[in-house]
Amino acid sequence: MKLLQVENLKTTFHIDAGQVQAVRGISFHVEKGESIGIVGESGSGKSVSMLSLLKLLPDNATLTADNILFDGAQMVNTSQKAMRKMLGRDIGMIFQDPMTSLNPLFTVGEQIIEPLRIHQKLSKEAARQRAIEILRMVEIPSPEKRLKQYPHEFSGGMRQRVMIAIALSCSPKLLIADEPTTALDVTIQAQILDLMRDLKDKLNVSIVMITHDLGVIANMCNRIIVMYGGTIVEQGTTREIFYKPRHPYTWGLLRSIPQFTEGEKKKLISIPGSPPDLLRPPAGCAFTSRCPYAMKVCEKQPPQSVALSETHQAACWLMHPKAANHMREVIG
Amino acid sequence: MAKPASALVEVRNLKKHFEVQKSFLGRSSTLLKAVDDVSFTIFRGETFGLVGESGCGKSTIGRTLLKLYEPTAGEIIFDGQPITRLTHKEMLPYRKKMQMIFQDPYASLDPRMTIAQIIGDPLAVHNIYRGKDRVDRVKELIELVGLKADHLNRYPHEFSGGQRQRIGIARALAVEPEFIICDEPISALDVSIQAQVVNMLEELQERFGLTYLFVSHDLSMVRHISHKVGVMYLGSLVEYASVHDLYTNMQHPYTRALLSAVPIADPDTAEGSERIHLQGDVPSPLNPPSGCAFRTRCPHALHRCAEEKPALKDSGNGHLVACHLLD
Repeated sequence: MKLLQVENLKTTFHIDAGQVQAVRGISFHVEKGESIGIVGESGSGKSVSMLSLLKLLPDNATLTADNILFDGAQMVNTSQKAMRKMLGRDIGMIFQDPMTSLNPLFTVGEQIIEPLRIHQKLSKEAARQRAIEILRMVEIPSPEKRLKQYPHEFSGGMRQRVMIAIALSCSPKLLIADEPTTALDVTIQAQILDLMRDLKDKLNVSIVMITHDLGVIANMCNRIIVMYGGTIVEQGTTREIFYKPRHPYTWGLLRSIPQFTEGEKKKLISIPGSPPDLLRPPAGCAFTSRCPYAMKVCEKQPPQSVALSETHQAACWLMHPKAANHMREVIG
Repeated sequence: MAKPASALVEVRNLKKHFEVQKSFLGRSSTLLKAVDDVSFTIFRGETFGLVGESGCGKSTIGRTLLKLYEPTAGEIIFDGQPITRLTHKEMLPYRKKMQMIFQDPYASLDPRMTIAQIIGDPLAVHNIYRGKDRVDRVKELIELVGLKADHLNRYPHEFSGGQRQRIGIARALAVEPEFIICDEPISALDVSIQAQVVNMLEELQERFGLTYLFVSHDLSMVRHISHKVGVMYLGSLVEYASVHDLYTNMQHPYTRALLSAVPIADPDTAEGSERIHLQGDVPSPLNPPSGCAFRTRCPHALHRCAEEKPALKDSGNGHLVACHLLD
């Protein structure tokens, strides 16, 4: 069952210097109960595409899409005001930085209780009971006492647990987590990932996780979307992306993490150059300037997404039948 | 690596305590023991990786070595010369030999200086390469880190994070140092750019025989770049070994937990791997546990761990571990 289906989503920011085409026509879907990882470099459009779905864009942004179906309902033209009714109730969100996403002037309890009162219309006492229950669910010790404390009295890991508690308080169908563990230490990151995995199964919520850490994705997600320069260059199951990657950018991404086989240490293989300027996006494939296998056609025409299996798609000219010879030449 | 190694930097019982939370009349204060009795040696031409979680004191060590912080106690010996008690002026010739690359390439370059001024600044401070020589030297440096001479008249905001970090590296190299402290040099960068910067650091090391102190929380990158690795927890070194020994034969329970917490970027391995779960957070360094600082989260803690702080002991082959369990 598809929970979310997005077709041809485009987001553009209008700034003095021109138009930044942050997201340039992406299509994907999220099944019920699955967890999807979105990877890509900073500026590849991962966060903006999610914020676009939630209509959390600033005033200078415009959004177009052929379809945004959430649980069967069309959301392309949903106003920000109508969206507010859904945020927190049907869709929960966890942000990267637990230090800035909680309000320092309110107690943690007040911040958990607010969505419960608004969305679920619970009485004060019922909401408080539910808040204690949720804090217990995210494994925060002595929740009764913790409810009355302010965010500064919590450590980074504990704050991220509180964020998860708030995001899940109204039992949403979809949880969007934007780099939820990037600001945390590894041992705390491991705790938070375990918690998210447990809760996903317990509450049957779908998770879209934005991250740049391939390790986190390998441990958390069953499908992966790889973004580059505002487009989706490849998507597939976690195993397809890790073991049968087809796009040169995915190859580069996978090779730039240190590998340790017995004995000799390998030199890291880096991707030369830097990402494209989305104020003036290239006419063809966005990766052309950094791609070691680039052909003439790559500069002129954006490649179409090619289906490699039911779940695996990649957008690269190398997969065109006519490129077979070129492929043999470069790979040897 | 079987080459005869001589010590470039030796650190003996280094302590750095900060006074915090002074009471109103300044009569009583609490000590934050950021670095508490740490000793290690960095050999010429090698990279010493220092890992640990935030607040463990790894960056403080880097800064204290350069004497950006005045050490509270202990000895720092650079190239056979104790530098611990040198005055600012006496320190200057040593500063030329020791340079630093900072974590945040957005904060460590002055936005109002051109790249030529930024890279030329250390040359001006030490008053070397005057006039046209300086212009040439700056050009040489910017090309050394893979940027172009026509970038020199631009300002930092015109560069991406990776490019800025290259500029930071060029600035550190300007005075031909022997020793560079890299304080989390890649943690603010994207994965593909991290590899570029790490490769460049390795090439420069080979070319100029540089010695690095590489401070990082990224255990796989430390494994890649280091020859020796030290693991820190709450101000103390808990394990020190060559990179091969440490990653194949880790002995301290904290090191094991830290390594097992790193998510493996391989779905098949990730599925089968067993994690050691550490409960809770790192205790506050203002009020550290008695005895072994790790005992509150250690799955194997004994009675003795609460009473006595374990010393770093050689468990064979120069592999040092501070843990009572190994006695």
